[in-house]
Amino acid sequence: MLEIKNLRVAVGGKEILKGINLSVNAGEVHAVMGPNGSGKSTLAQVLAGHPTFQVIEGEVTYEGRNLLEMMPEDRAKEGVFMAFQYPVEIPGVSNAYFLRSAYNEIRKHRGEEELDAMEFLKLLRQRAKLMNIDESLLNRPVNEGFSGGEKKKNEVFQMAVLEPKLAILDETDSGLDIDALKVVAEGVNQLRRPERATVLITHYQRILNYITPDYVHVLVDGKIVRSGGKELALELEEKGYDWVREKEAVPAGA
Amino acid sequence: MTTTLVSPNLTVPEKAHYIADFELFNKNGATVAPAWVRQLRQKGFARFAEMNFPTMKDEEWKYTSVAPIVKVPFRLAVEYPSGVLAKTEIEGRFFGQPGWPRLVFVNGIFSRELSSISGLPKGVLVKSLGEALKENPELVEPYLGKYARLDDSIFAALGTAFLQDGAFVYLPTGVVLEKPAHLLFVSTAEKEATVVHPRILVVAEAGSRGTVIENHFGKSGQPYFSNVVTEIVVGEEASVEHYKLQREDENGFHIATTEVFQKRASRYAGFTLDAGAQLGRNTHRVVLDGPEVDCRLNGLYFAAGKQHIDNHTAIEHRFPNGKSFEVYKGIVDGRARAVYNGKVFVRQAAQKTDSKQTNKNLILSDLATVDTKPQLEIFADDVKCTHGATVGQLDESAIFYLTARGISRPNAARLLTFGFANDVLNHIELEPMRVELEAELLARLEASSVAK
Ligand SMILES: Nc1ncnc2c1ncn2[C@@H]1O[C@H](COP(=O)(O)OP(=O)(O)OP(=O)(O)O)[C@@H](O)[C@H]1O
Ligand SMILES: [Mg+2]
Repeated sequence: MLEIKNLRVAVGGKEILKGINLSVNAGEVHAVMGPNGSGKSTLAQVLAGHPTFQVIEGEVTYEGRNLLEMMPEDRAKEGVFMAFQYPVEIPGVSNAYFLRSAYNEIRKHRGEEELDAMEFLKLLRQRAKLMNIDESLLNRPVNEGFSGGEKKKNEVFQMAVLEPKLAILDETDSGLDIDALKVVAEGVNQLRRPERATVLITHYQRILNYITPDYVHVLVDGKIVRSGGKELALELEEKGYDWVREKEAVPAGA
Repeated sequence: MTTTLVSPNLTVPEKAHYIADFELFNKNGATVAPAWVRQLRQKGFARFAEMNFPTMKDEEWKYTSVAPIVKVPFRLAVEYPSGVLAKTEIEGRFFGQPGWPRLVFVNGIFSRELSSISGLPKGVLVKSLGEALKENPELVEPYLGKYARLDDSIFAALGTAFLQDGAFVYLPTGVVLEKPAHLLFVSTAEKEATVVHPRILVVAEAGSRGTVIENHFGKSGQPYFSNVVTEIVVGEEASVEHYKLQREDENGFHIATTEVFQKRASRYAGFTLDAGAQLGRNTHRVVLDGPEVDCRLNGLYFAAGKQHIDNHTAIEHRFPNGKSFEVYKGIVDGRARAVYNGKVFVRQAAQKTDSKQTNKNLILSDLATVDTKPQLEIFADDVKCTHGATVGQLDESAIFYLTARGISRPNAARLLTFGFANDVLNHIELEPMRVELEAELLARLEASSVAK
């Protein structure tokens, strides 16, 4: 589904991703871990199409297409979803209105009929209930005044509504209480289908108790220095990142 | 040899047409007015004669040049245009419920056939000021001209000199007018550049409540100048909601002086929309002349093309425990310029004042400019006052957030701009008004550069 080959990315002239190789197949969950500043969010943002980052080298193929050539909105319409590490506030635009705009653009793209406000509200309420999202959040402006945890839950809620094929979650588990964490994990697991894939960026092995990854990758200083199964996360938790830094980088990828 | 004594400023050519028209005006229909009205006009004219048109050297007009108004020889609109304005055109400007009392003024003159007033509560008056001067002078005289300051505004002085018609809304003690009074002012300069001086007086006696909509628009082939003077008196424990919509056409110049006077425990909620005119200026002053007063002043302005839109507000707290909340937002596009100046005065006696003032501007083009200046002058020590102003462009990180959810860039820009303005529309209490302005906002967005 997603094929990243020797991806090198710079921001403001500074190289941040220094040759990433990663291959994600439909049906898989990949966890990406790594120290602060190692480039995890950069990877997520580049995949979503953030204009600030310059791709120096390498290629990214998504379902056989060159992802890097696609506009961010086209990536989203084709099923790429990135949950932001720092969700943005949109004053004056309600969560419900925003989501309906996004949902309908995606439906239009797929050649499906758009939903009217009433139909969409029904869908929204049902998903909100599933995700344990307070209904009042639907009518509030997007992320404005939301608590840190509410913002993260709102990202997963959007994911549950938009039903992407490839979900990239950037530290969505950070700052969540234990109940919210379970809800988020539940949301990811519900989307776990043979035709979908998830890239889960996280610092904590905690969430991996609820979402069992097929692969764990360790990103250090812009490179994937180690890849393995779910045991790698436990090992990391125990030994820290110095342990992988000391080791020779092993070829990454699934 | 004879010498004529003339005040030097009277000889200024830019005033000549106003002076000529004032002489004609005085000889003609204006003579039927009561003596006190004629005196008021003379006072206005005398002030007009003494003063000069402001220049950008005047602090109050620092960023707004009235030269485009001064150089046009506007003549007093006297004719009621025939057939140019279709009735459907007027009808199309109304919104809300059909039963709302409505007054229509064409080129400053009351049109009985286009107006409809029925089912008003006992004692309530929604009528032409011209008629009220004849029929209800005892209700008008104590208020008319008592609040509009002539000393510092040549435009208010000019408007007072030519005071003839306009709207009078009177709410007797304790009476509630549930239906908003909709006042429509239409300008149609057909043959030559014309000026109108609409005058509005709203008197809400103690404990009364009502809503007034001032709706100005133009459809004209010639330049026209709408010089509006509005006085609003809100009695003790009374409540007035006041909407002022300025949607003049591209030939229009609009200068409005709005003076609000609030008595003890009264409430005033003003909302100003500027969507039209090539040059628009609002001077909106509110005096909180009693304790426990609640004042809301909100506004939304759009400036595009070469428009120049200026809002000057002043809120004066004179007594303790007053509240004033003000939010003005502007969307400035093209080569337009927007000016905002908001003053809040807290006099020494006005302890426990709670005041918040905000001005936010969204700039959509590289050539658009904004000059904003919120000002606080506090002479009391136990108060809570904040103010702030921002001028910014669309937030790129927000655009990315929206596009990353599948929303195209133009739609993301529309949504953000909508959200920016919608914030202030949410303060509007009158539901049909909010709907109307939301539609206006959406139409504006389609025409703006964000939609491209
Ligand atoms: N817009 C930017 N301008 C300059 N430097 C940037 C920019 N964005 C990211 N960087 C830098 O790139 C490096 C990688 O940042 P990134 O956000 O990808 O790290 P991360 O692995 O997600 O860290 P964390 O675990 O703290 O979220 C950091 O050194 C960061 O300061
Ligand atoms: Mg990060």
